[in-house]
Amino acid sequence: MTTPTTEAPQPRVVYERPELLAERSTSYCPGCGHGVVHRLIAEVLGELGLGPRTIAVAPVGCAVFAYDYLDLDFAEAPHGRAPAVATGIRRVRPDAFVLTYQGDGDLAAIGTAEIVHTAARGERITAVFVNNGIYGMTGGQMAPTTLVGQKTTSSPTGRDPAFTGHPIPMTEMLAVLPGVAYAARGSIADAASIGRTRQYLKKACEVQLAGSGFAIVEVLSNCPVGWGMTPVDSMAWLTDHVMPVYPVGVIVDRTAPTKPAGAVPAEPATAPTAKG
Amino acid sequence: MTAIEQRPAGASTAPAVTTPAAATTAGAATPRTRILRKGNEAIAEAAIRAGCDAYFGYPITPQAELLEWMARRMPEEGRVFVQAESELGAINMALGAAAAGARVMVSSSSPGMSLMAETMSYMAASELPVLVVNVMRGGPGLGSIGPSQGDYFQATKGHGHGDYRVPVLAPSSIGEAMALVADSFEIAERYRTPVILLADGILGQAMEPVEEIYRTPARTAAEWALSGADGRPPRVVKSLHLRPEALEAHNRHLRSKEAAIRDREVRWAGEHLEDADLIIVAYGTSARVARTAIATARASGMKAGLFRPISLWPFPSIQIRSLADRARAFLVVEMSAGQMVEDVRLALDGARPVAFHGRTGGMVPTPGEVVAALHRLDIRTGGTGR
Repeated sequence: MTTPTTEAPQPRVVYERPELLAERSTSYCPGCGHGVVHRLIAEVLGELGLGPRTIAVAPVGCAVFAYDYLDLDFAEAPHGRAPAVATGIRRVRPDAFVLTYQGDGDLAAIGTAEIVHTAARGERITAVFVNNGIYGMTGGQMAPTTLVGQKTTSSPTGRDPAFTGHPIPMTEMLAVLPGVAYAARGSIADAASIGRTRQYLKKACEVQLAGSGFAIVEVLSNCPVGWGMTPVDSMAWLTDHVMPVYPVGVIVDRTAPTKPAGAVPAEPATAPTAKG
Repeated sequence: MTAIEQRPAGASTAPAVTTPAAATTAGAATPRTRILRKGNEAIAEAAIRAGCDAYFGYPITPQAELLEWMARRMPEEGRVFVQAESELGAINMALGAAAAGARVMVSSSSPGMSLMAETMSYMAASELPVLVVNVMRGGPGLGSIGPSQGDYFQATKGHGHGDYRVPVLAPSSIGEAMALVADSFEIAERYRTPVILLADGILGQAMEPVEEIYRTPARTAAEWALSGADGRPPRVVKSLHLRPEALEAHNRHLRSKEAAIRDREVRWAGEHLEDADLIIVAYGTSARVARTAIATARASGMKAGLFRPISLWPFPSIQIRSLADRARAFLVVEMSAGQMVEDVRLALDGARPVAFHGRTGGMVPTPGEVVAALHRLDIRTGGTGR
């Protein structure tokens, strides 16, 4: 029992709301991962000073309200068409930073053509692909990314690949295209995973700024309500069941100095754009 | 061109469609020098000269030359051309480019328009100015690649879901199509709405001598366009209004714009209406067939005239109704099973008999068929059937 001899330490900020994250409550369910991903985007764009030149595209699905939670210029795309909408923006606003945000129903089902061709064209777009393996907004139906055996409202006895096929590894499929400069998959299952996902997102933004081509980050996320779990259980399920099917890590990086064997070289980068 | 272009006096503040504005592009050929040009290519070049910043398309007959012209010319002008992966891709690229404030055009033909339908609804709801060219072909289904006017309902009343209308302009010559391209951009931007330029396979594929008269509508600052929230609050271009009160208020706003368009943007032309006893109502290529038929009928003493709607929406209903005072009966000629005829009947509201003659599937009515239909109508309504 000693009396402090020095003055009390100054308060230190260890956690605060990023400037680009709007100060309002969200429509997301308790424990939903969208809030974490929104925060990461706000942090990374803020860090790179990109807020004032960003034009983002919101999807159809739970994240349709992303424009209410991120203080950025936003266009709303019809279901699945965010990459096409972003292409139109990209081509007429060469100096803008263009970001798309899509879920797995949006990107991996109804919007497969748009994401594939936007990636193939090597559009300078940063795509955020939130994969929670389910259609959340419409009540928890099976998505293309739903795991084998997983029960949903439209696969009530569990996904049977004999009738509904296997989960689609979209990001690996896209990564084979030479137009894709960078593709990675992260997760929000725990603090360490969130930290790595943040790094992937930052790199995917830098790739666009360098003019290297298309960049995509898939983020494995949860849907406690759609999965019928508590938020804590949903995180354990994410770790134990989802991540083994969808391995996290950098899938392709064509901006790296040494390219993986067999990789198709990326197009020569255009003049780097000054970071805002 | 013998057509007497007419507009009801004071009905619109817009310049008359056949009057080239002073803003003729520098270097254009002097008037009276005419060149032979295909319709699809003429529409494409007119769009470029009208200041089109970006074009998105997907190949489909009979409009493919439009896309090909843009593929060559837009890069020459330092502007945006993208061949999309589908009509869905093309129209959504257009949505994005328009949301970012660009002057945008897409083009397609009937089946492609069906694919674009959903995004037409989004663009109307999001108030985005985009010029959409439909070079109509035979339908339904894959149909044929021959000319048709079977998309009248789709263009004037339909395309996507929900309550909305968009202006539809229908040229009947390649020269008129060129003028209407600039007008369409102007209307699209004035009212923040998609505009459809409705042509058909003949207008797209035929070559005609045209004067190279172009017009570049003035640009107005788009205070709503997306450019990045730099020193201003963020902007959102969207169509979702989940609160019923909010959506109804938004829909009322759209209705008020439509009312302004109905008041100010009705366009039509008439020929031999002064003494017309029988009036043919026809647009586009059908109107040209009707013109020939009317000349034949007049040579045999029948007082026939032509009323040619240029704006299909807003439809010149009041103007048609006013003709009931002088004409005994009306004949609607279309390359369809009978679509615009419903609007003519609504306009006349039973005041005069309305007959219909149409061909479908890529077939075009012949002047002889139309003359015969005029004779039948003449006899049926108390004439001598000369």
